[in-house]
Amino acid sequence: MTDATASLTTADGKPLKAALAASQARAKRKALMLVAPLFLFVVITFVIPIGQMLFQSIYNPTFSDAAPALDEWFGANPQGTVPDEAAFAALAADLKLMREERTAGAAGTRINYDVAGTRSLFTAAARRADDLAPPYREAILALNEDWGDPMIWRAMRSASSAFTPDFYLAALDMTRDEAGKIVQVEERQRVYKKLFGRTLMLSGLITVLCMLLAFPIAHLLATLPLAKSNILMILVLLPFWTSLLVRSTAWIVLLQQQGVINSALVALGIIDDQGRIAMIYNQAGTIIAMTHILLPFMVLPLYSVMRTIPPSYVRAARSLGASSWTAFRRVYLPQTLPGIAAGALLVFILAVGYYITPALVGGADGQLISNLIAFHMQKSLNWSLAAALAGLLLGGILLLYWLYDRLVGIDKMKLG
Amino acid sequence: MTTAANGEGFVVFDRVQKSYDGETLVVKDLNLSVGKGEFLTMLGPSGSGKTTCLMMLAGFETATHGEIRLGGTNINMVPPHKRGIGMVFQNYALFPHMSVGENLAFPLEVRGMGKSERETKIKRALDMVQMGSFINRRPAQLSGGQQQRIALARALVFDPELVLMDEPLGALDKQLREHMQFEIKHLHESLGITVVYVTHDQGEALTMSDRVAVFNDGRIQQLAPPEDLYERPENSFVAQFIGENNKLPGTIEELGADKALVRLANGELIDATPVNVTEKGQKTLVSIRPERVEFKPEMMPPGAHMIGAEVLEVIYMGDILRARLRVAGSDDFVMKMRNTLGQTKLSPGQSLKIGWHPQDARALDPL
Repeated sequence: MTDATASLTTADGKPLKAALAASQARAKRKALMLVAPLFLFVVITFVIPIGQMLFQSIYNPTFSDAAPALDEWFGANPQGTVPDEAAFAALAADLKLMREERTAGAAGTRINYDVAGTRSLFTAAARRADDLAPPYREAILALNEDWGDPMIWRAMRSASSAFTPDFYLAALDMTRDEAGKIVQVEERQRVYKKLFGRTLMLSGLITVLCMLLAFPIAHLLATLPLAKSNILMILVLLPFWTSLLVRSTAWIVLLQQQGVINSALVALGIIDDQGRIAMIYNQAGTIIAMTHILLPFMVLPLYSVMRTIPPSYVRAARSLGASSWTAFRRVYLPQTLPGIAAGALLVFILAVGYYITPALVGGADGQLISNLIAFHMQKSLNWSLAAALAGLLLGGILLLYWLYDRLVGIDKMKLG
Repeated sequence: MTTAANGEGFVVFDRVQKSYDGETLVVKDLNLSVGKGEFLTMLGPSGSGKTTCLMMLAGFETATHGEIRLGGTNINMVPPHKRGIGMVFQNYALFPHMSVGENLAFPLEVRGMGKSERETKIKRALDMVQMGSFINRRPAQLSGGQQQRIALARALVFDPELVLMDEPLGALDKQLREHMQFEIKHLHESLGITVVYVTHDQGEALTMSDRVAVFNDGRIQQLAPPEDLYERPENSFVAQFIGENNKLPGTIEELGADKALVRLANGELIDATPVNVTEKGQKTLVSIRPERVEFKPEMMPPGAHMIGAEVLEVIYMGDILRARLRVAGSDDFVMKMRNTLGQTKLSPGQSLKIGWHPQDARALDPL
């Protein structure tokens, strides 16, 4: 077969494949030029920054740049070596360097990620680095007893290599003990895994709620006459055109303890004034507001699939003897699956990474993992940890997408 | 065409009216009785109310007024799935997420039939339409004609006594359509089922039906066997809608029991058979089928009326020659000639005398 095609030639003897390529080259060049701006845009604004961000999750040279002598000593001595005079001499040299280059704060912050309260240790020691004289071990321990803590030395050792999996360990609530073995952090410090779990659980719940709410709306949209369905469609899209802040604030007005719903319930005597229901600044608030905000993402793919299902299918099922429920379950519902799948995937992925709504209405227990990522980006400035958390999130979504492809098939998905 | 002993048909529309908007009637006072085992076709242009009638019979639309009876019982309030009527849809409506076998099993499953009985019935139905080897295919893997056969098999698999077909052959090409017409006809004959068939294709209606109901404007214009419909249309709409037709406008000069004298637009007088004209001086359209027009004196039927004509154009159509003539001031009078060996060649501009038997000239209402 391939031999036969390879030997095919055009009328004047040129190989057919070459002739085909030549005849299409112009069109291909044109197409490439049309795509190029978008391609560059995506690379510059998307691929490079995200790649660089994710790179930070495994690469953090703050400490290794600030402490080259220690880096050398750690390289020469294996894990578990008790820091000797040479080690303290290296530390003294690095503290002097930090003082000159004003990097003690940054280096201290890096060690502070692993061992709390060590930033001041570095800044204080660096301030007095010029007074240090041999024997360095005694001199440094005289500054602060804590310098003898094996945990600090363990933290400095792992921070001295710029490439490190430690941020991923931290993102999974794990750390290293004095010997460098990977262990779970203390019970009360385990926050990330719990938060990942909560994020997935709430996202799943929001997806299911959206599905239940969107199905009848989409069906109505798909079956109403065009003039009426257009008006309804505007109502569905209206939230899209309203600022996220306005929508979240509207929910606050409705749901807060002194808000419209609670006051109405009190006025009707259903609950008493002390028993006002907390519907916002908690998980309930996050669920309600996010379901509302993500609903159009479920309605639109469902609508576009339902519009293409001719009414004759259900009629055929009915005429063949199926009750309306059987016709719905066995004929209509299976045909809407591509829309349900697309909507669910879309809503779930958006929900998993949602930030602003939980921040506004989520209170303490309605926070999602992205709020913590934002915290590390903006407050604690531990970008590497933020990047590791984001990397785990991305990995999780890719895994889900892969599973979805295996189970449902991406080609079956219709986004609208 | 056998009717029930009490004289009432298997399917009866009794003074049925239908309105969608409360302002206009889509179906106006429909009375129709279909005998058990009959093949009845509802024929008409789009918007004539024929599909609405079918949908009311299937139970997807409710009659605004009147009664629909099936086997003697009023089914106005019976939901579609309890009517036990098989239906074939225009776009086949095969469930795309099920295989051919699953599609056919569907009506049997919802009736709670056991597996072995189901399989026997499915096999029998598929063999009936010569599709036995396609049981595991998906509808999307079948051609239009094959899908049509499966849709037919699915509508028949649960042994309904009445099968409705809504323009089932509309999407097929001409050859396949003609082939399927015969197959459906044969299935109808061998199974003895009652079929109500909707189409806007008059050829299809004439080929397949025992009787044809011609719909227009929400009413049945004529209900008759195909031959009567073609040979003896009762009004101008039917004459126009079924087959090709020449119409000459005129006024009734004399009116007898089976003969009328009509003065044409150019003053010429011709004989015609009165159909739905009632009085002297009335306007009329005289309808003559193109194949009943002769121009050779030796072929002229006895008693034929002769009239002058001028040839405007002759079109070669293979089996026939079609001549457009100017007759009595009208430019679109058509005459069909068989393409026989030694057929006289006519040329444009030629004058000749044409004629027809007075029985073939039917004086109808002026539309």
